Amino acid sequence: MELYRLTGHELIRKIENKEASSQDILSALTQRIKAIDAKVNAYVRLSGSPEHSLPSLDQTSILRGIPISIKDNICTQDHNTECCSKILEGFRPPYDATVIGKLKNSGALILETKTNMDEFAFGSSTENSCFGPSHNPWDLECVTGGSSGGSAAAVAADEAVWALGSDTGGSIRQPAAFCGVVGLKPTYGRVSRYGLIAFASSLDQIGPITKDVRDCATLMNIISGYDPNDSTSVNVRVPDYTQSLVNDVKGIKIGIPREYFVEGMDEEVKKRVEEAIGQLRALGAVCQEVSLPHTEYAVPVYYIIATAEASSNLARFDGVQYGLRTEAQNIIDMYKKTRDKGFGQEAKRRVILGTFVLSHGYYDAYYLRALKVRTLIKQDFDKVFAEFDCIITPTSPTSAFKIGEKINDPLKMYLSDIYTISVNLAGLAAISIPCGFTKKGLPAGLQILAKPFNEEILFRVAHTYEQNTAWHLQKPTF
Amino acid sequence: MSLNKDTIKQVAHLSRIHLKPAELEMLSGQLKDILDFIDKLKKLDVANISPTSHILAINNVFREDVPKNSLPADKALENAPVKQGKFFGVPKIIE
Repeated sequence: MELYRLTGHELIRKIENKEASSQDILSALTQRIKAIDAKVNAYVRLSGSPEHSLPSLDQTSILRGIPISIKDNICTQDHNTECCSKILEGFRPPYDATVIGKLKNSGALILETKTNMDEFAFGSSTENSCFGPSHNPWDLECVTGGSSGGSAAAVAADEAVWALGSDTGGSIRQPAAFCGVVGLKPTYGRVSRYGLIAFASSLDQIGPITKDVRDCATLMNIISGYDPNDSTSVNVRVPDYTQSLVNDVKGIKIGIPREYFVEGMDEEVKKRVEEAIGQLRALGAVCQEVSLPHTEYAVPVYYIIATAEASSNLARFDGVQYGLRTEAQNIIDMYKKTRDKGFGQEAKRRVILGTFVLSHGYYDAYYLRALKVRTLIKQDFDKVFAEFDCIITPTSPTSAFKIGEKINDPLKMYLSDIYTISVNLAGLAAISIPCGFTKKGLPAGLQILAKPFNEEILFRVAHTYEQNTAWHLQKPTF
Repeated sequence: MSLNKDTIKQVAHLSRIHLKPAELEMLSGQLKDILDFIDKLKKLDVANISPTSHILAINNVFREDVPKNSLPADKALENAPVKQGKFFGVPKIIE
């Protein structure tokens, strides 16, 4: 099998056995990117070969010089990081994100040519990128999901060994589901946000997107941990997550929330998820129906809180310190014209909505109320986790939709986040893994949720399911 | 909840975003739909619920007030569209 088809752990084995060098791997990956990225558009600002950091000289490092691909909202020192937005054109951060530093210290080769995303992570399809959408490797006319669509597509098409994405309302898990790969959103506070260009500071997390569960655990070991530069990171010990890769779910109690199997969800996706639950039962897990009664309020709560926080976080993009500037006679006009020219439609929509819900006269009715309903949503999960080890749901109500299908209906687009959003609101950890295909050959994703700082159960259940199925071995025909 | 065009213009001003007339028109319609959808939150009784502004039980994350290495001025200015010495250059602020 060609080197670019292999997982991170398989490549580490090849290097250890002296069957391949990190240079061979970079070469193979570069050739692969050159051969297919014109069709997939997973990478942005790609000109010929991808740029990369200098290879580590340490022959014994954990990651052995294996390349990793990075979403365009994670800062890499002196290398363009633009959130796929015109307003950050040409921006070169003066520092590395903490996760980048950790990866470098573990011997990773950082691909500095970044992966595509919805502008500022606003979206569920990667259609809001100023570089155009990425194309789903399973059907090029379909979206990759978003906002980490470039990272998910690159991993699915073997144009990346593994990648980092970010997740605020599902932006790692949903594209992972649409592209048939693994994506994990860590517990809020598990991974440092220092160097992640902020969307919603109480919801954002960086996480891995990988070809299998073992690779996900390997990356989580490296990127997790307390960071004094991120005052919202938590000082909780990082276990060796690879120790949780145990093929055994006997006696594990899994809650299946009835509110997540709704009218109007794709029948094929529903069937694949039900079959997966059946398989876990056959492997000895105890699966029972539970209720998360405030589920229907999660999307409205999110679109108040996330847009409010986004309006605050995006205030800094005003033409003063970095990026695009449109000249004007006075400073207010400069701000207004710069932001008009630099922000895409979705960014404008969210900033304006966010400003509105925080403004005088509306704050109590919208923002404060949303924070209270957030408490109710969290309480629903606390009650279920008191009795159950984890929760299983579909990742998305549909498989990948066609490019252009939902882009003119923002509300319809927002509703595609219905199963992933509560996880960020409640600060939980969750993983999406492939669980089969629809009749049209599009991947379906299974989502597993755990209470905060219990990623271990996610790895155990995900690994068991994966090892007893073969979805992760299927590749799109490229 | 009706979000009329004047309110949107005011909010666009607060957001420091210039909107073209066609955008204002389109946004009016879309924001109305979104706010109508969000209005379902009014059904809930939240009288005795405290707000969750931060999901983690951490607070007062301080450090000692001791100077550490920080970003030098020239690095901070590297990406500036207009700079004047150690300052970001901007159009007139005070009339």
